[in-house]
Amino acid sequence: MTELKINGQLTQLEVSEDMPLLWALRDVAKLTGSKYGCGKGICGACTVHIDGQPMRSCITPMSYAKGKSVTTIEGLSEQGDHPVQQAWQNLNVAQCGYCQSGQIMSAVALLENNPNPSDEDINGAMAGNICRCGTYPRIRAAIKQAAKLKQADEGAQS
Amino acid sequence: MIKKLNRRQFLKSTGLASGTLVLGVQFSPLMAKHHGEIQFSPDVFVSMDGTGQVTIISHRSEMGQGIRSTLPLLVADELEADWNRVTVKQALGDAKYGSQNTDGSRSVRKNFQKLKEAGAIMRTMLQQAAAQVWSVPVDQVRIEHHQAHHKDEALDFKELVKIASKLKVPERDTLKLKTAAEQKYVGKPDMALLDGADIVTGKAVFGYDVQLDDMKTAVIARPPVVFGTVKSVDDSETLKVPGVVKVVQLPALTPPALFKMLGGVAVIAENTWAAIEGRKKLNIEWNHGSNSSYSTNDHEAVFIKALENPKEVVRSRGDVEQAKANATKTIEADYHVAGLAHATMEPPAATARITGDRVEVWACTQTPQASQRNVMGTLEIPQENAANVEINVTLLGGGFGRKSKPDFVAEAAYLAHQTKMPIKVLWTREDEIKHGYYHSPSYQQLKGTLDENNRVTSWYHAMVNHPISSTFDPTAKLAGSTDLGQGDMMFDVPNIKIALGETDTFMRIGWVRSVTNINNVFAASSFVDEMAHAAGKDSKDFLLELIGDDRIEDFSKDGFEYSNYGEPAEQYPAETSRLKNVIQLAAKEANWGEKLPEGTGMGIAAWRSFLSYIAVVIKVSTNGNQVKIEDVHMAVDAGQLLNPDRVKSQMEGSLIFGASLAFYGEITAKDGIIEQGNFDDYQMTRINQIPDVHVHLVNSTAIPTGVGEPGLPPVAPALCNAIFAANGQRHRRLPLKDLRLV
Repeated sequence: MTELKINGQLTQLEVSEDMPLLWALRDVAKLTGSKYGCGKGICGACTVHIDGQPMRSCITPMSYAKGKSVTTIEGLSEQGDHPVQQAWQNLNVAQCGYCQSGQIMSAVALLENNPNPSDEDINGAMAGNICRCGTYPRIRAAIKQAAKLKQADEGAQS
Repeated sequence: MIKKLNRRQFLKSTGLASGTLVLGVQFSPLMAKHHGEIQFSPDVFVSMDGTGQVTIISHRSEMGQGIRSTLPLLVADELEADWNRVTVKQALGDAKYGSQNTDGSRSVRKNFQKLKEAGAIMRTMLQQAAAQVWSVPVDQVRIEHHQAHHKDEALDFKELVKIASKLKVPERDTLKLKTAAEQKYVGKPDMALLDGADIVTGKAVFGYDVQLDDMKTAVIARPPVVFGTVKSVDDSETLKVPGVVKVVQLPALTPPALFKMLGGVAVIAENTWAAIEGRKKLNIEWNHGSNSSYSTNDHEAVFIKALENPKEVVRSRGDVEQAKANATKTIEADYHVAGLAHATMEPPAATARITGDRVEVWACTQTPQASQRNVMGTLEIPQENAANVEINVTLLGGGFGRKSKPDFVAEAAYLAHQTKMPIKVLWTREDEIKHGYYHSPSYQQLKGTLDENNRVTSWYHAMVNHPISSTFDPTAKLAGSTDLGQGDMMFDVPNIKIALGETDTFMRIGWVRSVTNINNVFAASSFVDEMAHAAGKDSKDFLLELIGDDRIEDFSKDGFEYSNYGEPAEQYPAETSRLKNVIQLAAKEANWGEKLPEGTGMGIAAWRSFLSYIAVVIKVSTNGNQVKIEDVHMAVDAGQLLNPDRVKSQMEGSLIFGASLAFYGEITAKDGIIEQGNFDDYQMTRINQIPDVHVHLVNSTAIPTGVGEPGLPPVAPALCNAIFAANGQRHRRLPLKDLRLV
């Protein structure tokens, strides 16, 4: 039994400690928003946040995730209205949509660290996420829009 | 999969401050049935219940091309439906919808008419019902926004549905359809994605995501060589892996490959990880079979030899030999394009459950009807019981042609049948790369001649590859398909010869996005640029001159039986004016001819494929072996555009797909075994390598055509032509292994 926090909920999963977090999330916790793309940490489709840091869940064993706090795409916002989620919809970023959970989780982490990223910052932070359909230009545009939305939100709150 | 949208999602606000409020509501088909007792269904694609709620069927598969966000607009628009009161429901596989085979870039052109008619049938019947209620002539009733109007009276559709449902369904030739100008949803530039909210919240259900009670997961160790077999298997270590339930051997594959299972050994487990770990511990001895004689490198010599003496001339005009004898200049070049895998982000996945005689399948399939036939063939279910096999189509995490080959669906059905358990078969990335239906490697020979005025006097294009037909007929040897990017060239040249070589095939060959246009258009459009250089002319001017006067190309004059993508030439003619127009548009927008710094260059390529006309201009800068794509302009004429934003996204995607195959795409076999296996050795371009892509849409009134594939063919040649313009280096071999995309 492995205990960890998933999207704010303390959760116990009956899994072996060498099982990658991705499969524990998908097959045991039944949270299928995080995607399998390569199983080697090279495509980014499985990106989740562990204690706030973007991590490749397909190569992160449960022994590492144990006791930590994991955020998946399902827990990113209660209403699906995180500025990154809003910008993604405003600009119709997705094509097939399969890689977009991972793209969004990487983008959210980028904006946490860098509220106003340049094209180069975005390219650097997002180069680990493959999109086969080819949504890269819209991802760049959406991250910039999300940065503005986020600043507007934060301005409204202060 | 049923989806209800609210109006704000549909008529999306793009203002930063407002953002969008989204509400993705998923409910079961059972609930839908109880949403009002009356069901008014005058056509298979549209129905209305007693509350006036409209359900529109999406019968094509969504794989990123935006078809679920596009086709339902046609019905809703003709119906004058309030989109806020529309539900889109994904169809099961069923021949009553016509073909559901979602490939060939044909969903729009094959369906726009009947979907408009479906909406118009319902609208007409509601109009007739209102005329009855008010006792006025039908033509005095106006239908607008889910209401009937007469003078200052109005009735909501819900008040008319019961009467309308009892009326006779009008004949299609009596319907009055909207003009493009009258359409409210179709053609609007900022339509929101139907599944946009579900995608950004992780709720969207792909083939990989299907969950059933008591379901087990299977991964399969497939024969490393196609038509190889299991000699022996020791599963004792596998069965010790916690979570592994069972090991099942699959029947061996025999030719032809078709969409049959590849065979091998399946590990069935409680979860994916246990299945993957269990598979690692299988000890299998394989019989590799006769295809182990094949190695891609060695076969190149066979390709070259096959082109020394092509087997069949498919298009011929004048005499290319005579032209050569009279020529001032002769240009010759050979081109090679490597084999390719689809590499859909979501590998193939299918789930099957068998209850008594009933087989239920959930799969990311491009073709639910072929999936149904494949399941029936695998389980030996007779045709009369087809209704017992239900194929549910999930969202597809990419398709590109891979998921129109339902071998993976057969695997799920077979294993569910053998184990008496609901089974989800998941392909890993390695499975997807190593056991594909590949785009064939190809070899091409181009020859051209110029006269003393540097005008082209002859064009010769010979091609050899492993034909797709070999997957269906093992005796097929003649290269294919000349229709896609070779025989269909629209150049005004007095002497033409288009020829095909033949060869044996040693793996499963299939269609990958735009099919042989990939290699044919790369060779042909690179060669045009080579001839322009030899002629000392500007590449764009030379291309326009080569296409020549405005005309409709009649391929039959040259004895060429051109399939025109299965459409009549009278309805979808090959018009040189449209091809030239996109070239001029892309060139103008790219500022073609501007003075560029040393090491920077622009390249152009254009082709008509899938009945659409696309031109691409790419600007690159080079530094040693480094190439940077600086700017991209694509011009599209695909007839009337139903959903312009999705047209743009397909062009953006085509550019990136094209850059991936140009720089990295290479599948090779050694001793019949595919050597690549994941994104480390079968790479994709990354965001840092791709600039913004400028897409320019031609405002056309022509019949709508497809956009999923035609953006791709001109990308690789435009790129290589740009590299030549930048540094004088001509690249005739893809992928560009000596170059580095930065």
